[in-house]
Parts: sequence; structure tokens; C-alpha cells
Amino acid sequence: MLSYSLKRLAIAVPTLLILIVVSFVLMHAAPGGPFTSERELPPEVLANLNAKYGLDQPLWRQIVTYVWGILTEFDFGPSFVYKDRTVNEIIAQGFPVTLTYGILSFLVAVAVGVTLGVVAAIRQNSLLDYLAVGVSIGAQVLPNFVMAPILVLVFTLWLGWLPGGGWQGGQWQYVILPVIALSTSFMASIARITRSSMLETLNLNHIRTARAKGLPERRVILHHALKPAMLPVISYLGPAFVGMITGSVVVDVYFSTGGIGKAFVDSALNRDYAVMMGVTILMGALTILFNLVVDILYGWIDPKIRY
Amino acid sequence: MVHDTQRMQSLAERMAEDEVAGRSLWADARRRFFSNKAAVIGLALLAFVAAFALFGGQFAQWSNEELDYNVMGVVAQEGGPSLANGHYFGVDELGRDLFARTVQGTQVSLLVGLVGALVAVVVGTIYGATAGYVGGRVDAAMMRAVDVLMAIPYMFVLILILVMYGRSMIALFVGLGLISWLEMSRIVRGQTLSLKNREFIEAARATGVSGVTIIRRHIVPNLLGVIAVYATLLVPLMILTESFISFLGLGVQEPLTSLGALISQGASTMAYGTIWQLAFPLLFFCLTLFGFFFVGDGLRDALDPKDR
Repeated sequence: MLSYSLKRLAIAVPTLLILIVVSFVLMHAAPGGPFTSERELPPEVLANLNAKYGLDQPLWRQIVTYVWGILTEFDFGPSFVYKDRTVNEIIAQGFPVTLTYGILSFLVAVAVGVTLGVVAAIRQNSLLDYLAVGVSIGAQVLPNFVMAPILVLVFTLWLGWLPGGGWQGGQWQYVILPVIALSTSFMASIARITRSSMLETLNLNHIRTARAKGLPERRVILHHALKPAMLPVISYLGPAFVGMITGSVVVDVYFSTGGIGKAFVDSALNRDYAVMMGVTILMGALTILFNLVVDILYGWIDPKIRY
Repeated sequence: MVHDTQRMQSLAERMAEDEVAGRSLWADARRRFFSNKAAVIGLALLAFVAAFALFGGQFAQWSNEELDYNVMGVVAQEGGPSLANGHYFGVDELGRDLFARTVQGTQVSLLVGLVGALVAVVVGTIYGATAGYVGGRVDAAMMRAVDVLMAIPYMFVLILILVMYGRSMIALFVGLGLISWLEMSRIVRGQTLSLKNREFIEAARATGVSGVTIIRRHIVPNLLGVIAVYATLLVPLMILTESFISFLGLGVQEPLTSLGALISQGASTMAYGTIWQLAFPLLFFCLTLFGFFFVGDGLRDALDPKDR
């Protein structure tokens, strides 16, 4: 178990380094520098700017400085557009917001999805089952950027129940719509995966044995069927996490929650490479960390897996 | 001698008849596909969307760039869908015909989906087949690289690429294709591993066929089923990704548009009561995705030998 976890960690660290180096090289290979604008800058000014941001150094040296700054001081450097702000400040401002509704959405997607899937599997071919399957097929074509305007249309414009944007320090009215918009499609996928894996598990021998020895159905489901049925769900959690991280960009832009995604899109429109790279690397690090946790969880829940 | 020729001929005829009577893998798959209701509905949806994209322009009364000055400024009151003034789907917030815009958006979305999937399929197949066929350390190294790349949140990298290299269609095609071949290469590699020790590959190797030719002539044709299924399921994902980026305003640029860009515009103006600007692009978006998902699932069921 320990050596397995260490092995996964040994892959995670170079992955992160590759991500940093690749985005850094991409940034440098791009036509035009970060200071290319419609108004041509005098060469002396450009040279000064490049010197200030260290862009006149050889590429390998810049990469080493950048990576060193991140690893030792968690420093992503200054923003290229906002002269008085560092990337760290911009990230620190939006990250707590994104984290709040991101974690909530993740919990909602897993809790509701698993419950829906299990209930649908137990009552196979009932009305509830058809409803669950219908919802999960429908939600395939309702990704977050489609859910968001539909939710605002229904709950804000027609019913007037909830505000269609803003954050207000995370009051509950402002959190509900972003969480629903972000979690629905993943909830549906989790429900679908849980249902089919539960149906498969319920046909296994050990479940028949458990029923034959007279265990109450509740105990059979919760103690004997649920754990093995969760394996495919757990391996879906990694992709779901990546999807939610990307989806948070849409939520931040559409609901004006002030999260990190808005900073990313703004920096993309401003060509603020430093902020873009900072956000990309942070999100990549989170993804890699999460995948590590999922892998270890998987190895723990399924003792058959040996690496 | 004469007798022999006659007998040979009749034998040849009989063999030809046998071939007609037999059912090939593909004929079998076709039969199973068409007996699947959801798949047929999906195919019909796709045919409808494709016809709309190809021939919809013929029925439009307005071009996609023309501004209708009669409804400008009173879009919310006058700009709704109507047969009288020829705006079947209404107009957008600038007074352009939404029918023509939706046709154009559907064309662009379909094109992005198909080309993106094609790039992914070609790159993924070559990569996966090579890794699987060569095997050993090369395989381990190539697949480790895929593992590493898969852990990267690709949407951010794609946006990074689009911003840095200009938001052109070409950049979009290449970017989309390059981030989505990973899954494909894993599937192809797995299939190749199970194929490469079969007798016909061994026979080819024994007769001195080169590795490249074996991959091209013997391995890839046997993977076509898997590739077809995966490619069909990849197209809607490409359309989703492109729409996501266009929704953020980072995708295709005016005067080009895509379904995602139209949904984004519709979503930003719906508060003024112009709900049709969201509804029609959204309808075609959902129809397209449903079509591809249903056809993809149907193909998988039809071509998967496990479920016979």
C-alpha cells in the first residue's frame, strides 16, 4: 500500500513539472510577446519591460527561476497587465469562492448521483428507475453552460425566487444556482454509472449468499453491494473533478461569482500570460493531487489491485 | 480436361453463391443497428440536422449578415419568429436573421466536431497502434507519456493555445484534436495488443512484411469497428468543448458563429424577453448532441461482439 502510494506520487511530481515547462514553452513560442499591443512600443521601453520581467534571460534560466519561485515560495510572479498586482493576489482573491461552490457541487453530485443510481437499480424498471435513466440521458446534453442560462431563466426571470448572479460573501441564495448548474451533468453521469454497476453487483454470488442466509435487504445493499459497486464511480471521480474545474470557469463568468475562472477568462482576453499560466498550473496541480487521492482510495477499496 | 473446367466453374459459382448467402460482420452489425430504436432515432436526428446545415440556407429569406432595419431597436416586440417578414426563428439583438445564423452556427459546430474528431482519431490510432505493436520499453514510455498528459486539465491548455496562436478555426481544429487523442490511443493500443499475437499477424511477419505495412494493412483494418464507435462518441464531445469555449467568448470570432456562441448571445439577452434567441440555437445544439450520442451507443451495441 505504502509503496503503491509512493509510486503514484513519483508520477505526480514529474507530471506537474512537465505541465509547468510545457505551458512556459508554449507561452514563449507564441507569436508576439506579452507586451505586443496596437500601439508600437519604442524599443528601449520594450527592452526595459523585458528586463523587468526577466524576459531577456535565456529560456532555460527563465524556466528554472519560475519553477524555483513556485516550489520554494509559491510565487507565480507579477501580472503582465496589472502593473501593481501579482498573480498570487489575483488567485488568492478568487480561489476561496471557487473552492466553496466547487466542493459543494462535488458533494451534491456524488451524494445525489449515488443515491439516485442505487435506488434506480434496486427498483429496476419501476417509474423511479425510468425517471432516473431519463434524467441522466437528458443531462448529457445539458452541460453547465446550458444549465446556467436555463436556471436563471426559470428561477430568476420567471419565478423570481433566487438571484441570477453575485456572491455576497457566499449567502445561501447566491450559492444554490451555481451549485445546481455545475453539478447536474456530473450527478447524472454518476447516477448512470452507479445504476449499471449496482445492477451488475446485485447478480453476483456473494449477494445471493447474503440474501440466502436471511440478511435484511437493507444490510445486503449497504454492507455487501455498495462497496464493490462503487469502484467504477470512484474511477469516474477524477474526470468529474477535471470537468468541474473547467465548468467553474463558466459559472464564474455567467453568475459573476468573482471566482478564479473569471480571472482566467479576463486574462485570456487581455493576453495576461502570467495569470493564465498561474491559474493553469494551479488547476493542474489540484487535478494531479486529486487523481493521486483517487488512485490511493481505489487501491484501498479494492484489495485485488496490486501494482 | 473439359470436364474439369466445367466442374471448376460450377464450384466457383457455388462458392460465389455461398458468399452471397453468408452474413459479414458488417451486415450483421447493420441489422443489429437498425433494430435498435434509439439508434435509428439518433440517425434520423443527425440526418435532419445535417440537412438543416447543408440546405437550410436555401430557405432563408435573409442572409446571415444582413441587418433588418424594420425591427432594429424593437427586437423584443417585433423581432420574434414570424412567417410574415421571413424571420422564421426571429432576429438576434442586432437585427440579423436568426434562421440564417443558426444554419451557419450548425455548419460551424458540425465542422469543428467532425474535423476535431478526425484529427484525434488519426493521431490516436497511429500512436496507439505503434505503441501496441512495438511493445516493450517503447510501449511503456509512450503510454507513460499519455498518463502524464491525461492528468493535465486540457481546457485551460486549449484556451492558452487559442489565445497565444490567434483564435482561428485552424488553431481550434488542431487544438481540439491534439488534446483528445489520448483516450483514443489507449483504446487502440489495448486492441492492438490483443491482435498482434494472432496467427494472421504472425503469418504476415513470417513472410517478411515490414512493421509499418503490418500496422497499416492488418492491424488498423481490424480496429475499424472500435474506431468508428469511438469517433462517433468523440464528435459530440468536440462540439461540447467548442461550444464551451465559444460560450466564454474565446472561440470562433465574428462574422463566423457557432451554436455555442449563439447560445451565449441568447443567454445574455434573454432578460429582455427575447427568449427565441436562446431557444432555437439550444434546440439544434441538443438535437445534434442527442443524435451523435444515440448513434454512437447504437454502433457500440451493434459492433460489440460481447453482447450477441
